[in-house]
Formats: sequence, C-alpha cells, structure tokens
Amino acid sequence: MQNDPQIKIQVRNLSKVFGDDPKKALKLRDEGLKRPEILEKTGQTIGLSNIDFDVRDGELLVIMGLSGSGKSTLIRCLNRLIEPTEGQIIIGGEDIPRLSEKALLQCRRRHFSMVFQNFALFPHRTVQMNAEYGLEIRGIPKEEREAKASHALKQVGLEGWEHAYPTQLSGGMQQRVGLARALANDASVLLMDEAFSALDPLIRRDMQQELIELQHRTKKTTIFITHDLDEAINIGDRIILLRDGEIVQIGTPEEILTHPADDYVARFIQGVDKSRVVSAQRTMRPVRATAREDDGPRTVLRKMVENGLDSIYVVDRERRLLGIVTVDEIDAAAKAGDERIDALISKDFPSVVPDEPLASLYKMFTGSSYPIAVVDEESRLMGVVVKGAVLEQLAEAEAE
Amino acid sequence: MDFDIPRIPLGDWIESGLNFLTSEFSGVTRAISRTTQSGISLLNDGLMWMPIWALMGLVILLCWRLSGRRLAVGALLGLGLIWNLGLWNPMIQTLTLVVIATLVAITIALPLGILAAVSDRFYRVIMPILDFMQTMPAFVYLIPAIPFFGIGSVSGIFATVIFSMPPAIRFTTLGIRQVPKELVEAADAFGSTRGQKLVKVQLPLSLPTVMGGINQTIMLALSMVVIAAMIGANGLGSEVWRAIQRLRPGEGFEAGIAVVIMAMLLDRLTQTLTGRKKKS
Repeated sequence: MQNDPQIKIQVRNLSKVFGDDPKKALKLRDEGLKRPEILEKTGQTIGLSNIDFDVRDGELLVIMGLSGSGKSTLIRCLNRLIEPTEGQIIIGGEDIPRLSEKALLQCRRRHFSMVFQNFALFPHRTVQMNAEYGLEIRGIPKEEREAKASHALKQVGLEGWEHAYPTQLSGGMQQRVGLARALANDASVLLMDEAFSALDPLIRRDMQQELIELQHRTKKTTIFITHDLDEAINIGDRIILLRDGEIVQIGTPEEILTHPADDYVARFIQGVDKSRVVSAQRTMRPVRATAREDDGPRTVLRKMVENGLDSIYVVDRERRLLGIVTVDEIDAAAKAGDERIDALISKDFPSVVPDEPLASLYKMFTGSSYPIAVVDEESRLMGVVVKGAVLEQLAEAEAE
Repeated sequence: MDFDIPRIPLGDWIESGLNFLTSEFSGVTRAISRTTQSGISLLNDGLMWMPIWALMGLVILLCWRLSGRRLAVGALLGLGLIWNLGLWNPMIQTLTLVVIATLVAITIALPLGILAAVSDRFYRVIMPILDFMQTMPAFVYLIPAIPFFGIGSVSGIFATVIFSMPPAIRFTTLGIRQVPKELVEAADAFGSTRGQKLVKVQLPLSLPTVMGGINQTIMLALSMVVIAAMIGANGLGSEVWRAIQRLRPGEGFEAGIAVVIMAMLLDRLTQTLTGRKKKS
C-alpha cells in the first residue's frame, strides 16, 4: 500500500462526524453544505473533513489550528482514541481504522506514544514508574524497562528525580516526565497534544528548544499539535494549518510565512513579528577579548590590536562589566606613559538583558557605534551584539 | 361505588418464589450454611481462645500505630468498660459476625462495582436494585433468611450481607468512574488492555473511595448484626433483645453502649486506613 520509505504515515480522506447519523452528515457535506448548516439540519458536527496528508519519516510535523479546528480530534484519530468515521490511516502497511481491537492494541504499542497537554501522569506512580508504564504493559522484563526508562529520564534531564511523585514536581518537570514516558516506550511516532501549552512562557521556550535538539538527535517522527503559530514556526519542519476541520495549508514555516494560501492564513501570520520573537541572546556572539581593570594601557592596546577592536569592554575579576574604553584613548595613554586605565573607563555604553527582543536592539545602535553588551542579573558580561548581526536577523525576518 | 378490583397477590407471588428457591436450592443453602457456620465457629473460637488482655492489647496497639495516642486511650477505656460490664463474650460474637459479613459483602461487592463502572448497561441494571436493597426496611430481609438458613447466626449474616453490600458497590463504581479521563486516555494511548487499565490505573486511583465504601459497609454490618438478634444471631444484639423482652432498660443500654464503642473503634480504624492510602 505504501511504497515510499520516506513516508511514515499516510492519511487519506479522513473524516470524523460527531453525532448518531454520520452518513447523513457526510452526504450533506458532499452536497456542498458547510459545518454550521449541517449542524443546524442534523444536529451533528463535522469534526474533520477529507483530511489528506503524509507524515515523513523523521520529521517534526506541526498541526496548527485554533480551538475547535479539529486538531485534537485529528491526533486522536491517528491512534483511534477517537474512532474516525471514514478514511484511511496507513502506517507500516496497516490501515488503522480497519484494525481489530487486538491488532489496534499492538499497533498503539508499536507505533504511537503520546504526550498530553495536562501531562496525564499517573499520580500513584513514581517518576520512574511513570516512565516505565508503556514498557510494563508490553511485558518487557523489569531490568530492560528500568534501563530504558532511566535512559529516557536522562534524555529529558530528570536524573535524580526517579523516586519523586509527579505532584512533587513543577509543571515543566512534569511534562518532562510525560516526554520521558513517551520516549522510553520507543514507539515509532511521537504524538504531542498541545504538550507545552500548559507551561509558562519561559519554560515553554526552553522545552521547545530541547524538543528540537532531541528530535534532531533521535530523528523520531513527531507530530506536534499547537494553537500557537509562534510555537509552530519555532519547532516545525512542516506545518499543517487546520481550520473548521479542514486543511488550509501544508508547508514549511517559510512557505507559510511567504506564501500564505489564503486570507485566513495571511491574517494569522500577521501577528508573527520575528523581530519580537528573536531575542538578544540568540543574536549575541561571545566576546573576543575583554580588558581587566588592573591592566595597563599597553596590555589593553595589544589585546585590541590583536583582535581588531576599536573599543573594548572592561570587566573585573568576576567578569562584572565596569565600562568601555576606546582605542584612541588607550593609544594616547600608552604614548603618555600612563600605568593605569581606570580614568579612561566610560560608563556610557549600551547594555541589555538576554531576553531583550531584537526590535528594540536595533534602535540602540542609532546613538552609539559600540557593540551592545548583554549582561546577566549580576551584571556579568555574557556576550555582545553587533550591528551587523541585528541587521542580518531583521533581514531574515523580512524575507520570511 | 363498589369497584371490585381484586387485590394483586404480590405477597403470594413473592412467597411462592421464595418457596421455590428454598426447595430447589436447599442443597446449595445447606452448603452455604455449613461453611458459614464453621467460619463463624473458627473465628469466634480463635478470638475467644486469646486471653482478654492479649486481644485488648492488640487492639490498643493497632489503634496507637494506625491512628495515635488518643484512639489508643479511647480503645483502652471503651474495651475496659465492655469487659467490666461482662459483655466481652457477646462483643466477640458480634465482632465475628461483622467481620464475616463484611468479608462476604466485599467479596461480592467489589467485582459487581467494577463491572458497573466499566459497563453502562450493567450500571443501569444494578443501580435500581441497589436502591431497592437500601430502602427496603432492614427487618424484611430477616424473614426470607429463616427458610433459607434456619434460625441463627447464618441467617443473620445473610441478611447483613444484603443490607450492607450496596455502599461498597456504589463507592467502587463511583471511585473508578471518578478517575480523571485524561489518565484513562493516557493508559489507552499506550495500548493498555482493559485489565491492565483497571489494575494499573483505575483501581489504585479509586482506592480511597473504595475504602470509604468499605467503611460504610462495616458500619451498616454492625447495625444489622444487632438487629439480626431477632432471628437468633448471637452477640450484643441478643443482649439488647433479651432486655427488651424482660423490660430491663438498664441492661439494654449497657449492651447498646457496647455497640456504640465497637462502632466508634471500627469506624476510626478503617477511616485512618482510608486516609493513609490517600496520602501516598
């Protein structure tokens, strides 16, 4: 049935009707009626209508839509937590809607593991036992499943928490357990249902980043549901946009941003402003050289010449930022035979925190030509942002 | 205005039904009767064989370990009073009946409760039956018990089991149905069979509620074995019954207070068990 080894799952003509006479509802749909009319006439809701798409092996596919768009229904039809009304879902040569009860259990165990929006961890089991759940029900011997679960917990950074109970963990950590439970199972497809939506924004960003890294490392085929376009663009290899139970557009984030399929998508992506999404931390680069407060002018001059710098940041022994000196002043001091640079340090330099959005960085360059210093809460120098890098990022955002 | 509507012979029907059951299943009832009787004797003799101070000490220790010093002191005072009033042996007899009736009730109730939780059809069938069982005046169960099992403790246990079983069934069903939908869905998503879902997720999570039901069952069983004295069940109930027949209010109250003490100890003990399970 499926010949292309690149294709992991084929979904064809998938529809789902919520109601007691689905045939009638589908007939009306084929006659061209829309969702609200069908609801009015039959009291039934078309959850999904004629969904066609492929999931490629090893990709991170995001299914994106607002609430009520059918994205949760779609992901649940894949492993038949919700019974599809019609259509095919082919994975590994098997058509999931046509599997017997028993074959379905095997198919779920082999192919799907799932991460849930509200974590759905088993509160009576420890973190370790939660991670082992999928293996346990498959009858994997104790030692093997312990090893696999421990490995999965390590992958998500939860070493040392094995014996804690889920309620003792923060939301972000709970979802890591959820992820570990899914990874330990070693099923061929990872389904993530709004997995990060219940987390607060900072942790969410971290989790997205970790998911991207994990996914690139393991090449695990992943289907990720979200209602957040920024999230979809941030993590997705490809995005499927869903609206009222139908696919509006399928494409890479770039394709969707540059060629929105219709007005609906276009309106959607208007809200995404990349210069707001990208932060100083992402744009900054490491500092090539810094001066120490007790360096003499000649040492500083040498550092600057070697690294080709016009100005250099001065830090103390704890890398706390003290100020900036320019090459002209240092040169003059060296010629005058001064021993110290204290007097030359200027406090008039731009500095930002790592989360500062790109949009506000650009404005800071108008007044000064110094690179912008990125400092942490203890005013330690983390890196610098140069004008070129900001322009580059902004141009990229523009192109998308 | 004399409509001669014949009276519906409902009572006759029930009686002939019961007669049919008694005659056709006498072998079964006799077997049940024998087993139950030997169970009662065994447990009763065991508890009687123990010296009073040892049993009392054991109960006090249990109260202390499971609950705390207050319950232990209460147990000491309460059991001391019962012993002092000369009601120790009737109390042991009552305890025996309660324990056996509760065990039988739970053994029947748990599977039924689980079945009602997973099958909507069974739920719809059993709930009206439970309503019937709980609202029917408790004395009525005593009457058919006699033709089935004769006068005595076995009949008392039969009536007690019927009367005390409903809460255990209800709470089991409720407990399982209350398990959050997401957790059941998660269990499904990983490919759990029905049995795995039940044993690994639904039952452990419903345990506190199920224990609450068992607590109720024990309390109902205690109240019923006292009433069952009317058909010859031994224990504190027969002390009360004798006091009624001889019009001795003092003796009646003494036995009544012993029942109250037992009830409080059993209730507090089973409640702490429930609470402990909830925490972990």
